[in-house]
Amino acid sequence: MTRRRFLSRLTVMLTAIIGALVGLPILGYLLAPLFRAPPDELVPVGAIADFPVGETKLVSVRDPSPLAWAGQTADTALWVRRREQSGPQMFQIFNVNCTHLGCPVNWQAGAKLFLCPCHGGVYYSDGTVAGGPPPRPLFEREWQVSGDRLLVRQQPLPTVKQG
Amino acid sequence: MRSLRAIGKIPGEIASWLGERFELEDSVMAVLRHPVPRDLERPIGWWYVLGSATLGIFVMQVVTGVGLAMTYVPAPNSAYDSLQFISHDATLGGVVRGMHYFGAGAMVVLVLAHMTQVYLFGAFKFPREANWLTGSLLLLATLAMAFTGQLLRWDQDAFWSIVVAAEQAARAPLIGNWLASLVVAGSNVGGATLTRFYATHVFLIPAAIFGLIGMHLYLVVKRGISEPPVPGIPVDPPTYRARYAEMLHRGIPFWPDAAWRDAVIATAAVVVVVVLAAIFGAPQLGKPPDPTNVVADPRPDWYFLGYFAILALIPPATESIVIIGLPLFAFVFLFLVPLLWPDGERHWSRRPAAIAAVALPLIAYASLTVAGIASPWVPKLEGGALPAGVTQGLSDSARRGADLFLSKACFACHAIEGAGGRRGPDLSHVATHLNRDQITARIATGGGGMPAFAGSVTPSELDDLTTFLLTRK
Repeated sequence: MTRRRFLSRLTVMLTAIIGALVGLPILGYLLAPLFRAPPDELVPVGAIADFPVGETKLVSVRDPSPLAWAGQTADTALWVRRREQSGPQMFQIFNVNCTHLGCPVNWQAGAKLFLCPCHGGVYYSDGTVAGGPPPRPLFEREWQVSGDRLLVRQQPLPTVKQG
Repeated sequence: MRSLRAIGKIPGEIASWLGERFELEDSVMAVLRHPVPRDLERPIGWWYVLGSATLGIFVMQVVTGVGLAMTYVPAPNSAYDSLQFISHDATLGGVVRGMHYFGAGAMVVLVLAHMTQVYLFGAFKFPREANWLTGSLLLLATLAMAFTGQLLRWDQDAFWSIVVAAEQAARAPLIGNWLASLVVAGSNVGGATLTRFYATHVFLIPAAIFGLIGMHLYLVVKRGISEPPVPGIPVDPPTYRARYAEMLHRGIPFWPDAAWRDAVIATAAVVVVVVLAAIFGAPQLGKPPDPTNVVADPRPDWYFLGYFAILALIPPATESIVIIGLPLFAFVFLFLVPLLWPDGERHWSRRPAAIAAVALPLIAYASLTVAGIASPWVPKLEGGALPAGVTQGLSDSARRGADLFLSKACFACHAIEGAGGRRGPDLSHVATHLNRDQITARIATGGGGMPAFAGSVTPSELDDLTTFLLTRK
């Protein structure tokens, strides 16, 4: 190995070390939030009495620990359907996101249908597909009754894959 | 008088002093005066200006973008308010935002026009393949800027567009879910999402664009501007360089013999954008972003409407393939163009397939854009009423049916005499081809994309609805 070759290799190596020293911390900083465990806790939806049997209502739940500047993005909308007076079939809680591409579905009380404004996806009141492009029923959320309160489990943005 | 004349000479003297100290004569000036084919003096030279016009608009985007960044607050709880301030209260804010908005559209149009010209002139062929490759990356970066910029508008449309983008990204094989969380910067659209889109839009992609423009211009000068194509004179790689060098011996200096045309068109482009911005101002913001307001119909800006329309029109089963595959195919194809066809005829009149490769996607995308503007697949959710002529003189049962037509959301998808949605068939004259039994069966059981209403309509309601529809002859 000549002196020149050694020096050029040394220079390239030192440059690579600088790259790694700068690059690794910034990569970790940027990627860490992507691998943070998804939210998995129960948050209150409201009093059970607010949901008459046979009706479907829009509710909003708030991320219990949002970033201080999150504003309204800390809120999530859900459709709550009260099926029965009590028991394990009491509620069905749907994500508002259409299973096609995630647009928010609208409940049409008269027609008892969820309609999606984006590409015309349609779902029956139980969330099953009634028409249009959606590949699967509306995503449902796990719920619990605690005393006279209804709780729902927080979830990441649902996609067809995660569902 | 003499002293005035002496003062008048000062700027020139400063310039020549700087020029001498910086040795501009054999660097910058030499580059500006690089020889280009003499044919560019002819009117055909007007075709060679689109790249410079794009560069002019890009500089305007940088300047207006920096201006907007001085006021825009990239936080979810403030972005919308700061945009309202820029658009309505800040001095000239509406004009600056308007320039940035119309400039974005101009960038997309000019980049595509520039590429089309280069493609039809066969200028991407040997030895200018790398010019085309860096240009393709610049197209990709331009589209990425357009998309991320729309999201920074941070209204209801922008919020749901991010959700839709994440859902689309999730369709990618293997890395889909990871991509989706990259798009929203976490598990949900939240406090971290907007700052990432902002940093991407103002730092990451622009840095890439600056680098790519540097490479692109370096190659333009190094490889030389392509001569106007002549039918019957193909590119022959072994002999091309000698022939081109010979041509440049009789060439003209780019500055100012060719550059003046670039300046004319770049000025025209900037004037158009500024005039549009002065007349129309900043684009209207939608409603503030509210995840709990489910009345949303997110639509992209006009140049993306064609892609938006594809997603509504293709069969659902092919969707994942189209969402991921179509853009991927388009860009892989773009990159392969100079590698697959580096030699041969350059003139478009000898390349009918090249004309088809421009015309067919153009016609297809224009049709899709028209479809996207009309969006007949979007159900009409905001209510409405049937025309008076439709409800006049109806029997009691038919009148109740007409009310049900609205309350049961038939109206959302079916139009009668011009009122109502267009997702399903127009029912203005449904009684001419369907009888009572057929209409009843169709409502009760649905089919062909229509929901079954048996569970949400009572037998007497069904009877009334059918009676009403039978009046539609």
